[in-house]
Amino acid sequence: MAKVLQINYQKCTGCRLCELVCAVAHDGKSNPARSRIKVMKWEAEGLYVPMSCNHCQDAPCMNACPVKAIYRDEELGRVMVDYDVCIGCRTCVAVCPFGAMSYNTKDKKVFKCDFCDGDPQCVRFCEVQAIEYVDAEEVSIEKKREAAERLSVAGKEAAVLFGQL
Amino acid sequence: MPLNRKIAYIDLSTGSIETKPIPLEIRKKFLGGRGLDAYLLYNHTKKGCDPLGPDNTLLVSGGILTATCASATARTHVMAKSPLTGLLGSANMGGFFAPEMAWAGFHHLVIKGKAKHPVYIYIHNGEIEIRDARDLWGLSVTETQWAIREELGDQEVKSMVCGPAGENLVRFANVMTGIKNSGGRTGMGCVMGSKNLKAVAARGTMDIDIAHPAEALEFNKRFIDQITSAKVNQTQGTLGTPFIWGATNSWGGIRCRNFQYNQCEYADDIEPERIDEICEETMGPYHMTGCFGCQVHCRAQYKIPEGPYAGRYDEGPEYTSQGAFGGEPDTPRAVTVLTGNHLVDQFGMDNLETGSLISWAMELYELGIIDSKQTDGLDLRFGNDEAVLEMIERICYRKGWLGDTLADGGIAASKKIGKNSFDYLIHVKGMSNLHSDERATPALALNIALSSRGSDHLRSRPAIDLYHLPEEVLRKIYSSPVPYDGPLSSEHTEYIGKAWQVFWQENCYMAVDCLGICKYHTTFLGATLPNFEDWPKVLYYNTGIEMTPKEIWDVAERCNNIERLFNLREGLKKDDPEKGDVLNHRYHDEPTKRGAPDVVGRVIDKKKFLEMRAEIYEHKGWDENGVPTPETLKRLGIDKEPSHLL
Repeated sequence: MAKVLQINYQKCTGCRLCELVCAVAHDGKSNPARSRIKVMKWEAEGLYVPMSCNHCQDAPCMNACPVKAIYRDEELGRVMVDYDVCIGCRTCVAVCPFGAMSYNTKDKKVFKCDFCDGDPQCVRFCEVQAIEYVDAEEVSIEKKREAAERLSVAGKEAAVLFGQL
Repeated sequence: MPLNRKIAYIDLSTGSIETKPIPLEIRKKFLGGRGLDAYLLYNHTKKGCDPLGPDNTLLVSGGILTATCASATARTHVMAKSPLTGLLGSANMGGFFAPEMAWAGFHHLVIKGKAKHPVYIYIHNGEIEIRDARDLWGLSVTETQWAIREELGDQEVKSMVCGPAGENLVRFANVMTGIKNSGGRTGMGCVMGSKNLKAVAARGTMDIDIAHPAEALEFNKRFIDQITSAKVNQTQGTLGTPFIWGATNSWGGIRCRNFQYNQCEYADDIEPERIDEICEETMGPYHMTGCFGCQVHCRAQYKIPEGPYAGRYDEGPEYTSQGAFGGEPDTPRAVTVLTGNHLVDQFGMDNLETGSLISWAMELYELGIIDSKQTDGLDLRFGNDEAVLEMIERICYRKGWLGDTLADGGIAASKKIGKNSFDYLIHVKGMSNLHSDERATPALALNIALSSRGSDHLRSRPAIDLYHLPEEVLRKIYSSPVPYDGPLSSEHTEYIGKAWQVFWQENCYMAVDCLGICKYHTTFLGATLPNFEDWPKVLYYNTGIEMTPKEIWDVAERCNNIERLFNLREGLKKDDPEKGDVLNHRYHDEPTKRGAPDVVGRVIDKKKFLEMRAEIYEHKGWDENGVPTPETLKRLGIDKEPSHLL
């Protein structure tokens, strides 16, 4: 069963540990510039949003790659780069609508999230569970529940108000 | 390697910049952060230098583990001679600055001289430049940071800045980064202001090689689990540090009305649960935030719910702001605490010192030692919320007689105010005490009396004393890495064995400050948290440096002694009421009035206190005057300092 990263930005405390462990796990170096996940911040409002690859079904990076170096790994449902084929032209970086594909100026390579081969370190280290690795089919069920709860509360309040009239 | 990060010597008078590697030999002796800063300060600052003159040296650093894979190692340390105390100036803050500086290639900055006009230092991937900051002068703490980002066209730049308080040479001005991270205490922002240095900005994408990445990652995970499994950290992660205020106030361990009372009677609105409610109402259910790589996330987010600053975003109001703008001046409203917290954050001013001095002035006002002429008509009664907020602003901008007077700090102010105002100043070495009352806890009283930067709860504080842990647990903690078979007591009101506890914690916190770790990740409030036994592993996996727990202990002892040497060189005498290892007489003369039965009626017994002090001098290898003996200096390898090896 393919899994995806589910990000709940509201839970994010902005600590960026995900960036650190991502870089260390992949490259053995501490350097957020190497991270596949990046927390975008609006500090003056206390808003932090972790951004990562969505492994799009109709992936623009894959479609745009002029040498077909980007492919879908069906087993883990991830979009991957074949570095034997990649020519480092950065077309994928240009077309990704989320900025999830990056270019590493040190190794001269593009890089992106690969789900750490099924054990995403960002998820493992995020104690507040702002990032979760969930079955693709389950991704919206919690959101449905929360939205339904809001509706039901609103409904109850409306009923009370109606009763008072 | 993390060890490749360099040290930069920057002279603002001449514009010269020189960079040097840090020799491994110096690393092993002082590690990084506060310890190496102390070595650099002792070596690069002349005896008796004017804290506000160009000769004062400002050190900015990260700990040795900062920006490695070790969690919660984001601490930035700042050091200089203090314009508040004339002794050691030293401040430590969380946030994101030190890691960014590390990725920009630098670990320690030694900033000397004075710029001709306002400037800021920009550090970027191994390069350092001094840039014009005339347009930034006068801006608040966050305005400055955002303006620098705009100017550099990079939203990822992290800046350490001084606010208007630093520019106006308020002697207890902070250095600040982000919204709330404060390098508080001893006026390091004032030193920045005196150098015409508005900010140090950093942005880096350089690699830091981790010596053993897989092990470092696994060990970090274990470390995090150990840290987050501690109840105390779980509570911090939901209520933030205000939970401490709630606990301490309930048993009678805080200062209220400038030390007249040790418990706040009408405090419902400033209880942690109420503060949490406001945070939730204004920011939603997930309103905690953390420093770089930290899983404790002890800082709450809030918007001021009402009043002239309604809707303004800030972080905190932590334990200290609660005491400074709530408990101490006895103002019963949460919105005052939240607003006061916001003002000092934006001005870049020490909340603790500010609240403490205002409360001191309030007592002087009620006693008639100062009158409404000196307050420019302000009714400075305890409990007057508006007067507290007004005074914060007056101090920052040195407005009015009292604002200008208090901005120079307690001792200078007491000389200007005259009469017996000094008797009511609750300080050690010219630095105000935290809003805590140590009359029922001799260990904590000894801790503040001995702290190298003046009254301080972050230099030693064996606060686990208050948990009444079984003695064998205490023995396990305090007998390692140096064996100790002397007395220990799990009773917080006791005097025996406390000198050793204070000594042990002092070394523990120095080690933490050298490594760059946050104190919530060590034996501070929780007995199960990591200490000397755990650090060699985290150090080895990340940096490759092999050290035993005892060797880390030795580093801590060495650095503590260097700080002591600095203070002695600047005139510390053990019994001096202004600069000595002593407490305000009220600790000894005025019994506590409120609280739990084992708290009421307590004083610090002067004779026993002096015995404890003599005992800790002995543990430290100091003579009866509190001076390190030649044997101690030799044992620690600092008998040839200043050496100028770096």
